[in-house]
Amino acid sequence: MKTVKKIIPNALLMLFCLLYLLPFYMILTNSFKNRAEMYEDMMALPKNFSLQYYESALSKMNFVTSIINSLVITLISIAILVILCSMTAWVVARVKNKMSVFIFGILVATMLIPFQTIMMPLMIEMSWLGETLGIQITDSIPGLIFMYIGFGAGMGVFLYNGFISSIPISLEEAATIDGCNTWKTFWKIVFPMLKPTTMTVIILDVIWIWNDYLLPSLTLKSKANRTIPISAAKFFGQYTISWNEAMAALVITIIPVAIFYLCCQKYIIKGVAAGAVKG
Amino acid sequence: MKKMSKGWYALFTLPLMLTFALVVCVPFVIGIALSFVEWDGLSKHEMVFVGFQNYVEVFSDERFLNSAVRTTIYTLLSVVSVNVVGLIFALIVTTKLKTANVARTMLFVPYLIGGLILGFIWKSVFSDFFISLGLGNWLTDKTNAMIAMVIVTTWQMAGYVMIVYITGIMAIPDDVMEAASVDGANFLTTLFKVKLPLLMPSFTICLFLTLSNCFKVYDVNVALTGAGPNYQSEMFSLNIYNEIYDLSNFGYGQAKAIIFFLIIAVITLIQVSITKKREVSM
Repeated sequence: MKTVKKIIPNALLMLFCLLYLLPFYMILTNSFKNRAEMYEDMMALPKNFSLQYYESALSKMNFVTSIINSLVITLISIAILVILCSMTAWVVARVKNKMSVFIFGILVATMLIPFQTIMMPLMIEMSWLGETLGIQITDSIPGLIFMYIGFGAGMGVFLYNGFISSIPISLEEAATIDGCNTWKTFWKIVFPMLKPTTMTVIILDVIWIWNDYLLPSLTLKSKANRTIPISAAKFFGQYTISWNEAMAALVITIIPVAIFYLCCQKYIIKGVAAGAVKG
Repeated sequence: MKKMSKGWYALFTLPLMLTFALVVCVPFVIGIALSFVEWDGLSKHEMVFVGFQNYVEVFSDERFLNSAVRTTIYTLLSVVSVNVVGLIFALIVTTKLKTANVARTMLFVPYLIGGLILGFIWKSVFSDFFISLGLGNWLTDKTNAMIAMVIVTTWQMAGYVMIVYITGIMAIPDDVMEAASVDGANFLTTLFKVKLPLLMPSFTICLFLTLSNCFKVYDVNVALTGAGPNYQSEMFSLNIYNEIYDLSNFGYGQAKAIIFFLIIAVITLIQVSITKKREVSM
């Protein structure tokens, strides 16, 4: 009796979770079926696994190019954000002067500004800046990375600053006495201690930048520059009729996220919790 | 670290701050200026200064007012639904059930997938799947489209607020729970008299997180309904986007964008003041 009492609630919970994730099951199974089979019964398992829709979705979405673009943009933006935000946050937390108060204040205050409020002037400014300097800022991946650094600055500095304020200054002072200059003190002593916050910043920025749609859709116009969300949006704009193909496309776009989640599940949940509570 | 030369200070802060100024601060100032002009976005056409006319016009723009009211209704429904579902999830996965950890992992999954892809996934559910069940296409009816938006938002964000509530529940000291059970409190009494009052800080965090997130909804709106049918599911953000890039009313659209900012700012400032007050009293 006791074991039955233990099994039933567990089984019910698992059943509920599976039902909760039913939309994933639906796009997965229907992506293998042909049209007639799909409309016959959308919940049934596919009778034979045909990969034809995957092939066409892959080529129509230009998937390989898109995933490389998404990876490059996400990785480089985050690497630069981690470096620059931790440096700024450390100086601002340790040097108590008016400038530090101003820098921290303006970074936190502008976190209030929703993206829609500055999207249009930003695009105008960036294309003007690009023309004036003779470089490509709009419709270029480096240009988009530049913008992500600006938009990620507030949250990054805010998270790092909170953590730095909580660690004792004595180690840094000892390093200075031992003859480390500011640069060395930061990279050899301080930065390694910031690892928990670095993980949080990385996780939150991955979720944000990888999934971001509006900003890249405004700047990246040429086909060769498309990221995954943009390819998905273009795909749905053009081929709304063929749902099987669309479902195959969705499955493909979810695979990288699924791999990321399986690999760093623990860090992701911790990072998201830390980010929400402090933000 | 009292002494740091100006050179080091600049080296550590300038790269980030310059980028930040160019990407966030300058456009914000330009944006305020552009909200006072009439302009179609073409550089060969002149901007005409119209003062506060754009801001006045907003109040007689029916499509905009409808979308503002709709966004408010959607936000209120979503905030309630996301928090109720998320809190229930958190209470379930913090029990001693063996599958609790697996459940937590599974329920969090939708949050990782961006709003755009989620919108497309559910679009197939609400259109083709619902038709095959005989429920009709929900996305072509304005009330059902709104419900669909709330369902997708809940599905996406419940796992997220669950994580915050779990952190809150874990922080409740064990002796408090033990004392409650020694005193003979049953499940419901413990929940309402002990757990929920102690969860108030998490509750404030989640409430405002969902409030500002839902108010800013864009991706799900674009992917799921695309403002349709006939702009009857167009939310605030999408209305701004369409005004600027679809109708080419750059100045007028920017005035809406500034109003949007003011609303978000007020919501967030209320949140900050409430959180501060609570910290003092605790």
